[in-house]
Amino acid sequence: MSILKKLLTSAVIAATATAIAGSAHAEDKRIALVVKALGIGFFEAAAKGAEEAAKELGDVEIIYTGPTDTTAEGQIEVINSLIAQRVDAIAISANDRDALVPALKKAMDRGITVISWDSGVAPEGREMHLNPSSNALIGNMIIKLASDHLPDGGDVAVLSASATATNQNTWIEEMNKVKDNYPGINVVATVYGDDLADKSYREAQGLMQTYPDLKAIIAPTSVGIVAAAQAVTDAEKAGEINVTGLGLPSEMAGHVKSGASKSFAIWNPIDLGYSATMIAYNLATDKAKAEPGAEIPMGRMGSVKLDDNNEGAMADPFVYDASNIDEFKDIF
Amino acid sequence: MIQNAVKSREAILALAILAMTGLIATRFPGFIRPANLANVFNDTAPLIILALGQMVVILTRCIDLSVAANLALTGMIVATINTVAPDIPIGLIIAIAISLGALLGAFNGILVWKLDIPPIVVTLGTMTIYRGIIFLVSEGQWINAHEMSEPFKHFPRATIAGLPVLSWIAILCITLFAVIVARTPLGRAFFAVGGNPNAAVYTGIDVGFTRFMAYVFAGALSGLTGYLWVARYAVAYVDIAGGFELEVVAACVIGGVSIAGGIGSVAGAVLGALFLGVVKNALPVINISPFWQLAISGSAIIIAIAFNARAQRQKGRVILKTAEHAT
Repeated sequence: MSILKKLLTSAVIAATATAIAGSAHAEDKRIALVVKALGIGFFEAAAKGAEEAAKELGDVEIIYTGPTDTTAEGQIEVINSLIAQRVDAIAISANDRDALVPALKKAMDRGITVISWDSGVAPEGREMHLNPSSNALIGNMIIKLASDHLPDGGDVAVLSASATATNQNTWIEEMNKVKDNYPGINVVATVYGDDLADKSYREAQGLMQTYPDLKAIIAPTSVGIVAAAQAVTDAEKAGEINVTGLGLPSEMAGHVKSGASKSFAIWNPIDLGYSATMIAYNLATDKAKAEPGAEIPMGRMGSVKLDDNNEGAMADPFVYDASNIDEFKDIF
Repeated sequence: MIQNAVKSREAILALAILAMTGLIATRFPGFIRPANLANVFNDTAPLIILALGQMVVILTRCIDLSVAANLALTGMIVATINTVAPDIPIGLIIAIAISLGALLGAFNGILVWKLDIPPIVVTLGTMTIYRGIIFLVSEGQWINAHEMSEPFKHFPRATIAGLPVLSWIAILCITLFAVIVARTPLGRAFFAVGGNPNAAVYTGIDVGFTRFMAYVFAGALSGLTGYLWVARYAVAYVDIAGGFELEVVAACVIGGVSIAGGIGSVAGAVLGALFLGVVKNALPVINISPFWQLAISGSAIIIAIAFNARAQRQKGRVILKTAEHAT
C-alpha cells in the first residue's frame, strides 16, 4: 500500500514538474479557430489557412474546434472549454451575433484576445471583426454575376438561407441598394431554403413555376446554390436559367460543367483563416491594437483597416467559372 | 365500429387534401397541372416511404427517431462506395442500402427487444450515434455531384410510363406494405402488440420480436430512401435530412396513426405524408412569408391530433342508470 502511495506521489510530482517545465519552455501562442460547425468544407479550408499562418509565424499552435451542429449553445460550450484551457486568442465565426457575447466577454476578462471573422459577434463581445469581404462588395458582386450573363436583362430571383440569417440578409440588402446600376435586371422574389438541400430544391422548383421567364437564380449560400443548380438541371433548364451566387468550387464543379451555373463567387477561405490567425497573433502579442482607424498587418494578405465598429474587410470576392474551376475544385 | 371510424378519417383527410389543393389552385392555377401534381408526388415519395416504416413502428407502441440519421448515414456510405468504385451496378447499390439500413434498424430493435430500453431513448441515442458515424465516415467532407457516377444520379430520375423511378418505388413500397400489414401474420401481430401487448402474449405473439421486426422494416426503408435522397439531390453531407424524423412522425400522426399504438393504416400514413407534401410544395409558390410556413405546418399537426383525440375517445358504457345524471 505504502509503496503504491509512494509511487503515485512521485508520479504526480514528476507529472507536475514536467507540466511546469513544459509551460515554462513553450511560449507558443495558442490560437483557437472556432467555427460554426465542424465538417463544413469552407471551415476545413479556413483551418488549412490558419495552419499556414502558424507555420509562417513559427511560435503558434492552432486549435481548430467548433460544435458538431450550427448552434450558439454548442459554441458557448466550446468557448468555455477554451477559457479553461487558457488559450491566448480565440478567433470565432459566430452562430449568433448576441448569444455568444457573455461567454466571449468572460474570455476577454481573462486576458484572452477575442476576434470574430466570417460571421460576426456584437461589438461588446470581441476586439475586432474581420469580414471576408465588405458586405457592399458582396451585394454588388452577386447581382453583377447575374447581370454579366444577361446582356438584355431579365427576371432574377434570390434563394437565401434562413429568413433570420445575418450574413445573407445583409448581402441581399446591399444588393438591393445597387440594383438600379444594373438596368433591365429585375429582382422578382426572395425565398428561403433554410440551408437544407431538400427545402432549397423545392423553393427553386417553386421559383421556376411562379416565374416562367426567370433567367437567373442568385443563391448567396453554399447549400442553396448546389440545390438550385440541381433543380434547374432536373427541370432541363440548364443554360436557360443561370444559377449563381456564393458557393464552393468543389461543390459547384459538376454544376459549372453541366452549364447550370455559368459563374459564382466566393472569397478564399484559406486566405480568411490565414488572415484571422495573423490578426489574432498580432493582437495577442500586442504588436497591434484593435481601435477605430487602426491598420493591422495580415502577412501576405496586406493589412486590414478598421472602421468605427472595429470591423475590417479582407478582400474582394473571387469569381470562379469554367476557366478556373478545375484548378480550385481540389483545394476547397 | 372502429373500422368505420378509421375509414371515414381517411376520407376526411383525402377531402382535406383535395380542398387544400383546390384552394391553392385559386391562387396559383399551375399547381393542379398533372405534371406538377406528379412532381409533388415525386417530391413527397421519400416522406411516404419513411412514413410507412414509421407507421409499423408506431403501431407496436414504439417510435423511431433515428430514421433521418439512418437515411443520412446509409446515403453517405453508398455515395462513398460509388465514388470509390463507380462501376458497381445500381442494383447492388440499392441492395447494400437496404441491408445497411435494415442492420441499423435491427440495432435499434435489439436494444428495445433484449435490453428493454424505452424506444424513444434508444432511438434518440442512435440518432446521434448515426449522425456521428457519418462524420467519421466522411471526415466532414461533402460528396458532390461531379464525384458521383452518372448512373448513380440518374436512377431515381429515369422515367417509366411518365413517372420517375422514385415515384414508382414509393408506389411499390405502398403496395408491399398494404399486403404485409393486411395479409400476413406479422402484419396482424403489429396491431396486436400495439393494441394490447398483454393479450398479444397470450395469443402466442412474441412482443419483443414483433417490435424488432418493425424496426428492421423502418430501417430497411430508411436505407433505401438514403440512396434515393443522395442520388436525387446529388449531394451527401453530414446534415442531410436534418430534422426529417419529426416530419415523418408528423405524417403518421396526421394520417391517424395513434401514438399510443394499435391504430393506423397504410392509406392513412400515405395520405398524411401527401398532406405535408402538398403543404410544403404549395407554400413556395403562393408567396407566403417563411415565418408563416412553419406556423402553418405546425397548426396542421395540432388540428390532426385534435381530430385523432376526438375520434379515438372511448365512449364509456353506462352501467348504473341511476348514477348517470348524478355526476
